[in-house]
Amino acid sequence: MAQANSPQAKTQFGYRRHPDQDRPGQSPAEHPVVVVGAGPVGLSLAIDLAQRGQPVVLLDDADRIGEGSRAICFSKRSLEYWDRLGVGDRMVDKGVVWSVGRIFHGESQLYQFNLLPEDGHKRPAFINLQQYYAEAYLVDRISDLPDIDLRWRNKVTALEQRNDSVLLTIETPEGAYRLHAQYVIACDGARSSLRQMVGAEFAGQVFEDQFLIADVKMTAEFPTERWFWFDPPFHAGRSALLHRQPDDVWRIDLQLHRYADPVVEKKPENVRPRIARMLGHDKFEFEWISLYKFQCRRMDRFLHGRVIFAGDSAHQVSPFGARGANSGLEDAENLSWKLDRVLRGLSPASLLETYHVERSLAADENIRESTRSTDFMAPNSHQEARLRKAVLSLAKETEFGKRMVNGGRLSVPCSYDSPLSSPDADAWRSGPSPGCSMLDAPVAARAGEQAYLTDAFRKGGTDFTLLSFNNGAAIDAPDGVKDIRIGGEGGLADPSGLVAKRYDAEPGVAYLLRPDGYVAARFRQPTRAAIAAALSRAQGLN
Amino acid sequence: MPLSTNSNFARPDDAFRAIVEAHRGLTEEQSADFDAALVLILANHIGDIDVLREAIGLARRRMIDGQQQQQQQQ
Repeated sequence: MAQANSPQAKTQFGYRRHPDQDRPGQSPAEHPVVVVGAGPVGLSLAIDLAQRGQPVVLLDDADRIGEGSRAICFSKRSLEYWDRLGVGDRMVDKGVVWSVGRIFHGESQLYQFNLLPEDGHKRPAFINLQQYYAEAYLVDRISDLPDIDLRWRNKVTALEQRNDSVLLTIETPEGAYRLHAQYVIACDGARSSLRQMVGAEFAGQVFEDQFLIADVKMTAEFPTERWFWFDPPFHAGRSALLHRQPDDVWRIDLQLHRYADPVVEKKPENVRPRIARMLGHDKFEFEWISLYKFQCRRMDRFLHGRVIFAGDSAHQVSPFGARGANSGLEDAENLSWKLDRVLRGLSPASLLETYHVERSLAADENIRESTRSTDFMAPNSHQEARLRKAVLSLAKETEFGKRMVNGGRLSVPCSYDSPLSSPDADAWRSGPSPGCSMLDAPVAARAGEQAYLTDAFRKGGTDFTLLSFNNGAAIDAPDGVKDIRIGGEGGLADPSGLVAKRYDAEPGVAYLLRPDGYVAARFRQPTRAAIAAALSRAQGLN
Repeated sequence: MPLSTNSNFARPDDAFRAIVEAHRGLTEEQSADFDAALVLILANHIGDIDVLREAIGLARRRMIDGQQQQQQQQ
């Protein structure tokens, strides 16, 4: 249904025979990295690795981009990552920008929130964009990168872990072949077959409530905001969500009864009256209808020998909070620089363990947040329902009640309690502490020119970077570390003062940023030795 | 600051009475709704998650003690 409406990008691809398939059986081709699964996570990871100079084989068992809008909300953090991958503008140009959400109870609005209430950021809080567009733009970007070898209709059917490689068996329309990979990254989704092949469990909580997602095409006057209802007049006793996508497509998400029959509920003739009640008219067409239950679960370990799991294959959350695809993209940006360093022999393989440490912490946070949202929407007991009723009722007249209403807590970057971070030795009032994501702010190379700190980071090469605030005696960054200087001769200007404000900085302050834009360490009075020690720690060298 | 279990009201009987009287005339269901709202209002007023957890722990111990008593009686 949806594919007909996405003419701006190619979505159907062909299988092509690769010379690897013609090699004799006893000497399969050898590759440093094989990424399995060409969804948003696998595609982004492949681009990131290729931009770092790593050749990547990317396998997908299909020959087309998946049907349906699926993930639609992409976070500021994801857009900043996609900027670094060269696709940010295209995503934002097509996407629908939003930052305001409204929560209703019955007929009346309880409150509204703004996810990015301040200026001075390059990217908005969120865009909504159908997942098939995101994937199509990423595939387009891959065609500029000769280091990525994207093979459609290549399905991994077996894997064997060796000491120094993984041996993959791959099924194609022209039969099977094998290849060796130093590392295999499994981005093959919630039903990951690689996860089964390594024999890993995927344990967690199954939610019994069912939700119906309908994407409808219509022209409507609703603002570009996220609207969420508890117990709306058009869907008594349950919750509902309305959200705009590009091309006049609207995402509608309706909570159904726990014991509703999915086959019956999914029939368009049964969905239509519900939506018509919600919209007050039936002048709409269906783009996509999907009905599902949620699971919140994660793998115990994201590393299994030389097979590394990223995205939904490693962790799964409920969709309320946009924590699925966005957290998968954070996995990709966390993993790619580490894997690049390990493959180059610059850092020991133990650096990869910190991918597991940091991203499993993030998975726990995402699971906790999305479980709380889901439990609030679908209370598990009479008493939970009673407490929710009290919150919704208090929200009408109290601020604290509004803040307890949980209609989804939207994805923000996780803070890592990480062995790679050097703890603060100085006193800070604010600013991103070690283990937190860098903050954006406006900068200018010349008077009148508008740019952002995230641009400067990207242009520097998305590597270890020393962000320093000039005091006339600039600290030299250690070898191989990029430099962003605020103020002084040749430095970037801070016209709004927001860089200094957001980083709690006076002249002399320096922040050491990791290649994924996370803060590794910060100093009020940096010394070469302290920076070198923090760098070495962040690179997993001690 | 830890949970205070000293007697904080100058006239504790007034406080107890105020809560009892608030329930007067309510059905069981309404009383439970009322308690839920009151707990949330007071929890927010305390505004300290550690104190709240300690209070929850103290209240939960009534349930455990109750179960043990029941078991002993059996």
